[in-house]
Order: sequence, then structure tokens, then C-alpha cells
Amino acid sequence: MDTTEIVDLITVVIDGFEVSVPKGTLVIRAAEQLGIQIPRFCDHPLLDPVGACRQCLVDIEINGRAFPKPQASCTIPVEPGMIVKTQLTSTVADKAQKGVMEFLLINHPLDCPVCDKGGECPLQNQAMSTGRAETRFEGVKRTFEKPINISSQVLLDRERCVLCARCTRFSDQIAGDPFITLNERGALQQVGIYEKQPFKSYFSGNTVQICPVGALTGASYRFRARPFDLVSTPSACEHCASGCDMRTDVRRGKTLRRLAGDDSSVNEEWNCDKGRWAFKYVTAVDRLTHPLVRNEAGVLVQASWPEAIAAAANGLKANTSAVLVGGRATHEDAYGFSKFARIALGTNDIDFRSRLSSDEEREFLAAHVVSSSTTYRDIDRADHVVLVGFEPEEESPIVFLRLNKQVRKRALKVTAIASKLSIGVEKLKAEFVKVAPGQEAAALSSLALTAQSIILVGERACESAGVLTAVAALADSTGAKIAWIPRRAGERGALEAGAIGNLLPGGRPVIDTPARVDIATFWGVPSLPATVGRSSDEIYAAVNSGSIGALIIGGVDPLDSDNSAAALEALEKAFVVSLEIAPSEVSARANVVLPVAAITEKSGSFLNWEGRARSFDAAVHDSLNRSDLRILSMIAEEMGAELNLGTVTAAAKEIASLGAWDGARASMKPVNPTDAPTLSGNQFILNSWRRLLDLGTLQKGEENLAGTARQTVAVISPNRAQAMGVADGDLLMISTSHGSVTLAALVENIHDDAIWAPRNSRGSQLLVNLGAGHGAVVTVVKL
Amino acid sequence: MAYSSEDLAIMDSIVKRYPRPRSAIMPLLHFVQSRVGFVNDEGIELIAKILTLEMAEVSAVSTFYTQYKRKPVGEYHVGVCTNTLCAVMGGDAIFAGLKEHLGVENDGVTQDGKVSLEHIECNAACDYAPVVMANWEFYDNQTVQSSKDLVDSMREGNPIPPTRGPDTLVTWKEASAVLAGINDGRAHEGVQAGEPTLLGLKISKEGKQ
Amino acid sequence: MTSLTPVLSAHWDEKDSFTIEAYTRHGGYTASKKALAMDPDAVIQLVKDSGLRGRGGAGFPTGMKWGFIPQGDNKDHYLVVNADESEPGTCKDMPLLMANPHVLVEGCIIAAHAIRAKHAFIYIRGEVTHIVRRLNQAIEDAYKAGHLGNGVDLVLHVGAGAYICGEETALLDSLEGFRGQPRLRPPFPAIAGLYARPTVVNNVESISAVPAIINNGAEWYQSMGTEKSKGATLYSLSGHVNHPGQFEAPLGITLRQILEISGGIRTGHSLKFWTPGGSSTPIFTDEHLDTPLDYEGVAAAGSMLGTKALQIFDETTCVVRAVLRWTEFYKHESCGKCTPCREGTWWLVQILRDLEAGKGTEEDLAKLLDLCDNILGRSFCALGDGATSPITSSIKYFRDEYIAHITNKGCPFDPIASTLFVGVGA
Repeated sequence: MDTTEIVDLITVVIDGFEVSVPKGTLVIRAAEQLGIQIPRFCDHPLLDPVGACRQCLVDIEINGRAFPKPQASCTIPVEPGMIVKTQLTSTVADKAQKGVMEFLLINHPLDCPVCDKGGECPLQNQAMSTGRAETRFEGVKRTFEKPINISSQVLLDRERCVLCARCTRFSDQIAGDPFITLNERGALQQVGIYEKQPFKSYFSGNTVQICPVGALTGASYRFRARPFDLVSTPSACEHCASGCDMRTDVRRGKTLRRLAGDDSSVNEEWNCDKGRWAFKYVTAVDRLTHPLVRNEAGVLVQASWPEAIAAAANGLKANTSAVLVGGRATHEDAYGFSKFARIALGTNDIDFRSRLSSDEEREFLAAHVVSSSTTYRDIDRADHVVLVGFEPEEESPIVFLRLNKQVRKRALKVTAIASKLSIGVEKLKAEFVKVAPGQEAAALSSLALTAQSIILVGERACESAGVLTAVAALADSTGAKIAWIPRRAGERGALEAGAIGNLLPGGRPVIDTPARVDIATFWGVPSLPATVGRSSDEIYAAVNSGSIGALIIGGVDPLDSDNSAAALEALEKAFVVSLEIAPSEVSARANVVLPVAAITEKSGSFLNWEGRARSFDAAVHDSLNRSDLRILSMIAEEMGAELNLGTVTAAAKEIASLGAWDGARASMKPVNPTDAPTLSGNQFILNSWRRLLDLGTLQKGEENLAGTARQTVAVISPNRAQAMGVADGDLLMISTSHGSVTLAALVENIHDDAIWAPRNSRGSQLLVNLGAGHGAVVTVVKL
Repeated sequence: MAYSSEDLAIMDSIVKRYPRPRSAIMPLLHFVQSRVGFVNDEGIELIAKILTLEMAEVSAVSTFYTQYKRKPVGEYHVGVCTNTLCAVMGGDAIFAGLKEHLGVENDGVTQDGKVSLEHIECNAACDYAPVVMANWEFYDNQTVQSSKDLVDSMREGNPIPPTRGPDTLVTWKEASAVLAGINDGRAHEGVQAGEPTLLGLKISKEGKQ
Repeated sequence: MTSLTPVLSAHWDEKDSFTIEAYTRHGGYTASKKALAMDPDAVIQLVKDSGLRGRGGAGFPTGMKWGFIPQGDNKDHYLVVNADESEPGTCKDMPLLMANPHVLVEGCIIAAHAIRAKHAFIYIRGEVTHIVRRLNQAIEDAYKAGHLGNGVDLVLHVGAGAYICGEETALLDSLEGFRGQPRLRPPFPAIAGLYARPTVVNNVESISAVPAIINNGAEWYQSMGTEKSKGATLYSLSGHVNHPGQFEAPLGITLRQILEISGGIRTGHSLKFWTPGGSSTPIFTDEHLDTPLDYEGVAAAGSMLGTKALQIFDETTCVVRAVLRWTEFYKHESCGKCTPCREGTWWLVQILRDLEAGKGTEEDLAKLLDLCDNILGRSFCALGDGATSPITSSIKYFRDEYIAHITNKGCPFDPIASTLFVGVGA
């Protein structure tokens, strides 16, 4: 809590003990402060109070006036002069609670022995504390058909449900997806979906987690384990830059489930389904287990670690080398790559942006993002939030939940600058500023913001020239805060670590001499390279033109580019050292392949979009796999350089003691937007983003999860649809000189010049198939 | 069934009755019943579209209220009050008699689709007990025989008129339209009150004379 | 002897009583003209002075309720009339609306003016097609005559079968297009009601009483009734009586008086038990024939005035069967939101069915009472409380009859003997 906020405290007496709590605190939570646990089901601190289950009844009097009947402590805020008697001191409250528990159990099946919730079930636990040992019910229990699938990943057992409505309230209030509702009435009331519309919410897993009984279960964990067989480790989510606190549950070296952790300043108690249910990729792929070295015959063969390290060192030493590190590296690993480039390779040719990027972006990151600290809390206090190049629900779902919370609680004003109105933006009741792809910059200049406003800019903003320039100008002129929200979990950490050509660690500009000296001194090296390094695309080009001869690459997908041909050519050409968990396009072309630890097998941290460290320990402790950092240290040593980063702890310590740069920030050269192209009758400008659930490599093997992905469609406007005679469902072929994709049409609210398709979904892999992402002119034909 | 542009215009006018569109969900469901006879998927989906709600939200509302039917009912839907007072006064016997006479159970429909039967709760006509409702029109002071005569008249296509209601019994769909707020111009038909309603007034006037 | 005082019912015996012509003929819409010329606060004061109390069951002073609406808050205010009359035994509002819908329309105009509402709604239960017609026509005619549409709009909203929607917050949720389940209070409707705006929810009879109060004055209304229960009201007599019907009389009349006026218990039979105000009010017996039927009198005798639905049962009626039916009703109408009511009614019905069928035990009676104790005051709203009233009150007065079912292993009553058509043939 911010210490500058003044909080009115109210003192109440609960079971004879005084406690002072902030005004507005509910009695049930004031009791928690004293360690008094009042049983409850429907109560949840992040959902609106509902008072439905009646399990938390207590006796209350205020200034000597007693309520005539017990009150639901989850609905009553504390008041001065309040005296509360819980089940511990009031026989009336105790009997009321026991009575409610008895009612809840009469229709509850006795299937605890086969129920996934058994052992961690609030109903089971509270039945032990508040229930009676022998039942008085001799009648007929209510029965329903046993579990029904309400989506490919969530099952519902209505017999177990206690109708607390946590799941339906979560879906409505928090996720904005009221696809599950209470249906029917009275004793037949039940949770359900509309039969033709499955529970396809990106946040559906939270309902499984908050269900206080075994009514909602996840398909992937069902019948897999008992809670007491699991070893739980606090972890951080590696799927995006939201920075969710997580818990990973492992049995015998295998991750069986992941749960949202509780961090009120970041993800509160929620996460998205990708973070919860996409973890099999670690085991679903054929992991690399041994180092590989390409022999004279050109074949990759197993090698010992010393052999492989020597081969890597020799290859890198013999060439002008560069570093490519993907956006999923931990902060510490990225720091290792950054230091390795400068010390072992003597170059600033390093780039973490293994995706579409621009020089404008690189300057923007150095001038406005590195070391900055816009936070979730700022969203809570913002007067206006602008989204540009950013679809929060798809690209950083917890940011979406936070925006949604503020929209619901205080009608936060949100403006979305985009070509297509998305489901998420619609849910945020945002003002939709519709622009043609590429014309976002102009729309920004007309916004009236204040110092309390925030511009949330996504990594896709770099795909339209001039947008980041306009964002910077708008922030400068209005005082609005900027938050850059990349998709991948490691990008912000990599930026802070200097895994980019224009920055050294801690935001120190490469071209700034004192900054270089600062780092050189800290690292104990005489000097550091002084010229700004090249970007990923420039590095590939330099390999192809012969000025770079070797690459060391960790966690990069060369197909994640609109010019993957050049990348693949470079990989064939260069001496490549590949650090990977599994065979990939890079390792297949590498000269030396070094297997590394997956995220669950190592410790480390990510910096989320706020720049907040999200550290985690290894969840699987017995792994023999080494972290990137450890391997880089070994190669450096072999090359005669000292990284001194033998462990993650050492790296973290070094990063911390290095601190942020206190000198001047790098400045940014303005970039003008490109002119809108002229379109002929069947031409469109391509607009796309990645959906949360798509063909992403970390979602491999998750069929249940994939079952809730949104439909792959091509979206065009009603005007263009009419002109082309297109109706929903008609097939459209979208083509460029590179290739084509064919998708079902959906006529929706989108700029007339634009056609939208998902960037990396089944049937719509635009970078690979069209060689284009955003802003390219495409030809569209109705089939 | 496809809704005509006239139907859609009526639905639009129903939405416009309210300061906030969602309030129109109940009259729209009545309206769907006036066109289809029950609440089918198409109706739920259409209402969801008109009100920009999720289909689950519309369906959740429709299943809460017993007058919204999930499957077709008869052209004449007969409800026998079996709440305590009517049950004791003969409602139980009437309901049993009608089940036997029609050969249907509770919530059943006759094969010809003419009559459906339901036992209902108190319909605010206790001074006329036992009460039978048909398409939610009052049939007062019923007996087992009178109610059998009533359903027979329905099956013959010439239903006995309600005791307190319009001059002739409307069909289920027509009644649903009235409940959707559509004026069928028959408000002036029928009595203003039955004898029990007027008893106090009558006694009072006699006492004063 | 207290005499009947027809005010609301004064002209029901005219064939066209439901038309605007008939209503106007008897001074209709003069009260609204008079009220609209008054300061809204003066209207509220007049209604406060009259002593009018809510006729929907709880008896809350109507003028005070209106006075709770914050004034000058620049928010929309709403008036909502509760015409969801569904409490078993209750049958006063429906005949009133069938015979004279305009008095409610005029009452709405006056009440909306008083609370500064531009929008008023009548939420009527859905199972009354002809009454919906009459009300709809009345509203149309009032618009045509210019009584509506000049400052206040009135919308008729038709329910669809849910007793719980008579609970005012459930009614508001239903009117907003949600499942009709009760809301948490606070906030109370006066602060955050319909669409979270200040809202008054009144019963049909309460609002319909207002035009006469405006025309005749507070003193006139005060002159009827008892010390704390002022005015006249509709008593609905039903069941085993020679002449059931509506009796408009000053508050405080007794059942004995109403029976004397109307023609008594079914000839040849005797009073066994009765409800003073619907099934949710604990039953009375012949001991209570002289209990004054006003809010205080009935409460002092251990029940509630409720809706003044006097359901009369004679000695041919099996009390266990009667109570089972009511309990089945509460189970059917429980909204499902809270545990005690949802699960409790499910259980109570099973025990009562066994008892009626002679399969119960004496322990079951103790269990019934204990379960009622766990429902009463533990439920979210009064529906759960109401479900316990018939059970606890009937065991209090007729425990022996329950025991008889147990010892006889069955019901000792002949159900045909209690029907309307006994002896004359079905």
C-alpha cells in the first residue's frame, strides 16, 4: 500500500479482542486479522460480496444494539462500536453455521475419495470444523448427470456444486466473459453454459482454482494426482510480460499443474489459461540431452561437454561474431549474453528482438523505456489509458484484467487506436479510434492527455513507422506516462541487461563514454566496444554479406520474421553455436548445439513490463541441465575471458550492485510516418496480431487449451464485404508476392482499408505464408 | 422460423420502452413465445443479439421463470392451482381428473397438440377457488366435471370462454403477445368483476339502504 | 360493529368500472391534477400525515418511504409498483386492477411527482392475461388523455412466473433483466434501486390509496382504522366460508366481524385454522377470531397482518396436508441463491411428505422444528422465513394431528370432504 495514502482506521471487538482495520473492511476480513477463521464459501476478497452461502453467519451488535438475527460477516463492513461474536463465542452463530453446513452437505455426494479436490477442499475442511459427524438426512439426494464438459479444458460436476457463484461472478465481474451463468431456480439451480456456446474464456482456469469444492475441474489435471503428493514451488510465469506470480506443482520431477499465485500488486490472484495450462512443452518436445558438434562430414554428432565447449569457443574466436538472444531469456541469462558479447566477443552486435523490430524502436526503448517504472498501480490511478499497437487481452492478459477492473469499478476511460475493434477492447468499453494500418501516429497527436494518463504501447507499435515517435511526443507534451508492453517475458529484462546494440546494462548508452567506462571498470576490462551494435535483421544481413562469420544464439525462432529466408540463409552460412532446450530451426543449422535447462529446471527472474523483478526457484530440482548463463561462462572461460557468472545468484548480485545509469538518457531521432498506400479494388492493408492461444511454441502439446482458442478468421469491413459480395464464412484468399493464406471471412468493425487475420494461428501463419505482418499491401480474392 | 421485419420492429419498440435495453429481456421472451410458442434457441440468440448480451445470459434469465417454456405447450395451456387452498377446495381432484381425462402427466401435451396441463401455484384468485387457468385466463369455481368440459371444448376447437376474461379464449401464442405488452384490443371484453369481488361492496350498499 | 368502508372498491359494481370514462365520471384524475399543483414535499407530508402504511405485507409507512429519496441529487429517480401478487391466499390487487386499473395509474402520477421521478414502472405477475390487457389499455388511455407523458412515463412490465419477484430487490433485478434474485441491502432501494438510482417500491394497494387521500385529506384517512394502523384496506376472505370475497374495511376489524358480515363459515362446519395474511404468516385458530386485524394486533397474537389474505379452513382439512402444500410451494419458488432456503425447503418437503403418508416418526417433528430454526433468520431474504411459518405454527397448534398421522400410519382425513363440490358431486 502506498504510504502517502491516509487510511481511516476503525476499531472493533471480535470475540473479545480489539482490532483496528481500515474503514470499509468486511467483518470476515477483520476477523482474519486476529487469526479468527470464519467459515465461508461464496466470499472472495476480489469479488463483490454476495452473501449467498450464509456459512459465515456471526452475531453482531453496534453500540449496544444487537442485530436481531445472525449476519453474514462477508457482507457487513466494520463500524465504530461494533462487537462481533463468531462461532467461537456465540452459541447462536455456532448453531447457525452448523445448520448451514448441514444444509450444504445434504445434497453433496460422498465422492471425496475420487474427487480431485479431496485433500485441499474448503468444503471438506470446513465440514470437519463445522459439520456434524453423523447425518440427519434420510431423504433423496439431488442428482445430475456426472461431469459435463463446459469447454475442452473445464469440466463441471453439478452434484458437487454448492452454488457459491464464485465462478459465475469471476467470469462476469473479472474476466468480462459471462459465458457461465446460474441457470434454473431453487433446489434445481445450477451452473451452466448456453449449450451452443462453450466456456471459451482466456481466464477460465481461475474458476477451477477458486471453486471451493470439486465442481469445476481442469481436464489436464483431472485424476492425475493427490494434493499431498505434490511438491509446490513459487514460480513466475514465462509466457508473457504481465509478470504473474505462480505456483508450480511437481510430482516426481514432472510438472502436473500450475496455479495463479497471490500478488496484489501484479496479478492479484488471477492468471490466464495459457499461463496455467501451457507447461507440457517442456516435456512434450524431444529435449536435447547431449551437446552436439557438426563433424567433418557435416553431421551433428554427440560430443562431450569439454569437446563441445572447445568447438564453440574456437568457432567464435576464429570469426567476427554476434549474439542473438530470444525474448524468453531470464534477466540473468540475458545479462550473461550481454556481458559475453562485450567481453568474450568484443562487440555490441547483440539483439534480443527476435521478431519484427525497427531502429526507431531501439531508440525509443533507450530514450523512454529502459529504467522507467510505470506500474499496475498507475493504471489503478490513471485518468485515461491509451492503447496503441497493443491488444491487452491477447498480448498481456493481466494488464487487461487490471484495466477491466478499473473500467468496472470507476469507469476508467480507455482509448484504443487500432484498425479493428477487438473483443477485448469492446469489453473495456473503450473509445475505438479506427485508423488504417500504418496511420496510428496521426491519431495519437489529437489526444488530450494529462500527467495522470498512461500510454500503453505494445511491441507491435514498431511495425508502423512514426508511432513511437508520436508516443514520445505525446508523453513529452502532456506529461503522460509511457508503458511499453512487450509480449515476451524476457524482453524487458533483456533491455535492462543491455542485450541490445545501443545499450549496456542498466540503461547505459553505448555511445556515452562515461557509461562505457563505468561498465568497463565494473567488469574489470580495459575498454568496451564503442560503436552501436547491429539489430537482428542487420546481423543476419551482415552474415549474408560476409562481414559477420559466427553467431551464438539462444532461444530464437528465425521464422518469427517477415524475412525468414535471409535469416535461414545466414544460419546456413555462419558458424552457429546454438543454446536450446529442443531441436529447432537454429539447432538444425548449428555447428555446435548445447542443451540448456528449461524454465522449470532453473532459478532466475523475469522483469515484467513494469520492470518489476519476478524471481523463481527451480521447480524441478533434480535436473542435470545447465542454465544459459553457466554455459556462456564455460565458453567465455575457454575463450580466455572471465564472465564471473557461475551461478544465477552471482549474476543477480552483479546486476543489483551495478544499478541503473544516472547519467543522461539516449535521445531519439524522430521518424516520420510513411504515407498511406493507394489501394486498388481488391487490395487491403494487412493488420494482425498474435492471439493469446495460437501456434506459439510454448503451447505445444496442449490440445485441451487449443480447444478454447478463438476461431481463425479474416476480418473485413461491411463496406468492403458488400463491394466484394462477401458474407460471413465465405473463403477469402489473401496473397502477397511471397504466398497466400485462405481463411473464412468475418464481417466486423474494421477500417475499410484493412484486413485482419491472426498472425500465428492454425491456417494463418502470416509471417511464414505471406512474409508480411502489419501494414503490407495484400490482395484479397473471394473464392 | 424467420422473424418478419414487422416482428423485428415490434421487438425494437419493446426495447425502447425502457431506459436501459437489458430490461426488455422478459417482454422479448414473451414475444418469442407469441411467435414460436416456446423459447427456442433461435429466440435466445436473437434476443442476445438485439440486447448485445451473451446467449448464456439470456438463457440464464429464461430458465429462472416458469412461464417461459422450453418445449412446445398446447394451443391451450391449462394450469390447475394446487396450492393449499385451491388444492383443499378441489384442485387436487381436478388435477387428477384432468390427467386421467387427457392421458397426460404434469407438463404433458395431448397428442393433438391442443391442450397441455400443468399444476400451478397460487394465482391470486383464492376467493374463486378452486381455480383453473387457461392461457392465463381465469376459470373460477371449477369442478372436476367443469374442467373436463373445458378441455373437451378446447379439443373441439371451441373453448368455453373464461369466467373473468375476454369473450372468447385466445390461444397460447396470442396470450403471450399480450404479455409482451401488445394490445389486442380486447381489454373492454368480459366482466369488470366476479361476484366475490363485489361482495363487500354489495353488503355495504345493502347495509346503507 | 365496524362497518365496511368501500373506497377503492366503491364503483367496482359498474359494468364499465375499468374504463377511463367510468373513472373520470367518479372524479378520477382530479387528485393527480391537485397533487401536481402542490409542492412534491407537501404531497409527501400529506401522505405521511394520513398514516398510510404499505399494503404489501410489511406495513412500512408509505410517506416515510417516499421521504427517504434524496432530493436535488441530480439523479434519475424511479417509482416501481409491485403488482407481483403471488403470496398464497392473496387476491386483492388482481381484482382491484381488473375492476379499476386507473386508480393505480393516477396513484403512480401522484407518487412519481412526490418523489421527483420521471419514470414509473408497474411490475405485474405474468399469469393474468386479462388484467395485463386492462392495465395496458388504461395506460394507453391515460396517455391519450394527457395524464401520462407530460412529465411522467409509465411502463407496464409483465413478469413470468416467480414468486420471489414480489421481494422488492428481486423485483428490481428482474426489472433490470436479470434473474429475479434478491440483492444485498444496504444499499436500500431508496439510495440505489432500479439501475442503482433512488427508487421507491410500493404495493398496488398502497399507491391506489393515494388519490383518495389527496382528494379527501389526511384527516379523513386518519379517521379510519386504529391508533397506529390508519385507514381502510382490502380483506380477502377465501376457503371454507359460505361467501368468499373482498371486503374493504377499516384496519382493526376482526375475522369474527368479517365472517358475520359475509355469511360465516361453511354451513355445518367449524373453523379449524386460518391465515391472517397469506401462507407466510403463522396460522391462527378459532382462539384468534377476535384479534384486531391491524399491524399491531396480529403481531401481538404471534403472526403478521401480511396481505390480509384470510384463508379459512374448517375441520375437514388435514393440517399436515395443508402445510406440506405450502412447503412444496416455497421449495418451488425458492430462488436458489442462499443455502438455508434452497436446501432447507428441499429437505422439509421430504420430511413432510413422509409424515403425511404416515411414514414419519416423532423425531421427525423435532427435526422439522430444528431445521426451521436453522432457516428462520439465516436465509438471505424473507422467503426462507416464510417457509417456516406454517410448519412451526401448525406444530404449535396441531401437534396431536401430526402424531395421529404417525400412530395411524396415514392421513385420517377424507380429502373429498373438504372440497367445494362435496355432496353436490364433482
